[in-house]
Amino acid sequence: MSAECTAYLLRLGDDRLVLGHRLSEWCGHGPILEEDIALANIALDLVGQATLLLKLAGEEEGQGRDEDALAYFREAIDYRNALLVELPKGDFGVTIVRQFLFSVFAYLQMNALQKSTHAALAGIAAKAVKESKYHVRHSGEWIIKLGDGTPESHDRTQRALDDLWRYTGELFLADEVDVAVAREGTGINPASLEAPWRAEVEPVLRRATLTVPTSGYMQRGGRAGRHTEHLGHLLAEMQIVARSYPGATW
Amino acid sequence: MTNHDATDAAPPSSTDGEWPLWEVFITPGDGRPHEHAGSLHAVDAEHALENARDVYARRNEGIGIWVVPSSAITASTPEDVGSFFDPANDKVYRHPQFYKSPRGVKVF
Repeated sequence: MSAECTAYLLRLGDDRLVLGHRLSEWCGHGPILEEDIALANIALDLVGQATLLLKLAGEEEGQGRDEDALAYFREAIDYRNALLVELPKGDFGVTIVRQFLFSVFAYLQMNALQKSTHAALAGIAAKAVKESKYHVRHSGEWIIKLGDGTPESHDRTQRALDDLWRYTGELFLADEVDVAVAREGTGINPASLEAPWRAEVEPVLRRATLTVPTSGYMQRGGRAGRHTEHLGHLLAEMQIVARSYPGATW
Repeated sequence: MTNHDATDAAPPSSTDGEWPLWEVFITPGDGRPHEHAGSLHAVDAEHALENARDVYARRNEGIGIWVVPSSAITASTPEDVGSFFDPANDKVYRHPQFYKSPRGVKVF
């Protein structure tokens, strides 16, 4: 395989690892017990996907790094996740809006990757697409309830949508890595997902009585390692045990 | 906090600002019946179904879920026990274990 394939797998894995960790911050703090469990389930789905994807990335890289080495012993500048997933969890509205925007993207992405010429990646995608489908359903139902709920829940959800929208453009930006993996058939060009993503997302937002933001300036940089200040803090918390006690098991 | 006893406990549909209560039934498949798994709070049926999936079916417990508003269930009370169930105690003829099973029939 190719160096581009390794870079591509890192992007897929990092998106899910970072969002999974963000969601895990709700554990024990969910608005109700049932939702606490639901968010933890989604977090575990994402961390599970990340484990498989980073393991594969390490094998492709061939430098002897396994999924733990990639998760716990890289700096923020080496992470390749989109900025959207590293933003703080905010209130429940922010968490749900972000989850919905990402999950629709992830569902379309994994659905397409089931046809990857990379057999192991196609296998991971076949597992992940079912999980993502549920994430879309769960977060989509919540968006409608929150957007079409009380004036306060509507305002908070609209504010979350307005704040997060400028981070969605990066999901569909294609660079030389994306073009290369699309050409060799291992990956897909994310630009091809933008129209189907809008077709899925916008009707739900309208049903939730939310105003779809106009697409203005879009933030970018995560795929090249230029992150917000928030990722460093997240990684510090996520990595401290592994770095304090290297090789520890329990 | 006020003390509640069983007679003035909040109704299942909840008047205390909490979401309504739902009862969850899960079938493990193979044509086996849906069995009561527990209860949960949810705002509507779809929400209850999702919560049931997350709370009660995340360890391969089943392939089918029913959710029912707790308020839709009419239950017998402890006071009913005597009149409902005791009369069955001395009706041994209702248990068909007097019959010999034919050879070749598997006895459970």
